Amino acid sequence: MHEFSIVQNIINACEAEARKHNSNKISKIGLRIGEFTGVVREALDFAFDITKKNTLAENAAFEIEIVPLKTHCNNCGHTFSDIKEYNFYCPDCNDPLEILEGRELEIKYIDIT
Amino acid sequence: MHIIDMHTHIMQENEKAANWNKDFFNKHKIFAANLMSAPGAGKTSLLEETIKKIKNEFKIAVIEGDLQTTIDADRINALGIPSHQIVTGTVCHLDARMIHNVLHDFKLEGIGLLFIENVGNLVCPAEFNLGEDLKVMVFSVVEGAEKPKKYPVMFHETDAVLLNKIDLIPYSGVSLKELEKNVLEINPLAKIFPVSCKTGEGIDDWIGWLKQQIRK
Repeated sequence: MHEFSIVQNIINACEAEARKHNSNKISKIGLRIGEFTGVVREALDFAFDITKKNTLAENAAFEIEIVPLKTHCNNCGHTFSDIKEYNFYCPDCNDPLEILEGRELEIKYIDIT
Repeated sequence: MHIIDMHTHIMQENEKAANWNKDFFNKHKIFAANLMSAPGAGKTSLLEETIKKIKNEFKIAVIEGDLQTTIDADRINALGIPSHQIVTGTVCHLDARMIHNVLHDFKLEGIGLLFIENVGNLVCPAEFNLGEDLKVMVFSVVEGAEKPKKYPVMFHETDAVLLNKIDLIPYSGVSLKELEKNVLEINPLAKIFPVSCKTGEGIDDWIGWLKQQIRK
């Protein structure tokens, strides 16, 4: 359950940003979470509900965009968004694939009042 | 209502501390290796076998991460190697700040090789950079050949995977070939070393590779 550490990081960063804009209430936090991360959406929501009490994000909700895995082959130049069972060999030329998207752990925006 | 664009990495605080650690290691010419695995895969046994073979060549220190007890640090100390135990309580991984805090007190003068033994866990440690030079996974073959596919992120992020307890293959029925195939599908660039900390098989191959990485 490292989601608690991650949520704590999110709240700290968002509170700092809200204070910079003289706000004391965050109503929404937009996140981009890659498919290929060890972060589980339900666990993130659960950890947030517990951790947000007595913070500027007390009444906030997450809006989570899941970023699908996208890979690229440097040898044949092809891009894949549908690799099966996380097989990181290029289906066309068998070279190792590089991850383009899907490892994101990003705070996209906050909505403040 | 007022939307503020942030586009901030969630782990930015951890990354900052990891960069600090990396600078520290570089400045003091310390090679740092982060060891990760599920509980009981054999991280400490691997450290013991590795340390016995190279302690005359490198000045070694170990940082141990565990939820509870100093058993692992005591095992390392018994080999005459300085070790520092981080007891995380309920936290399931080491993060860069915990390592940063240790670097303040743990005397590392003259140390050339620092092993950081992470908390036993196949998920969480994968997302926390520590500022290390090398990520190494220990995986005991009896955990099952399909596990790389079930816990893909850590297998993808690591530089090497040691397949430990190969002496138990005759009793477990696991296929080493299938396991290696699954590891490579997740991470085609991973170096794989089948080893047994019990019999010593394969340990020299791992040590040979480790030395190459240190001298790079």
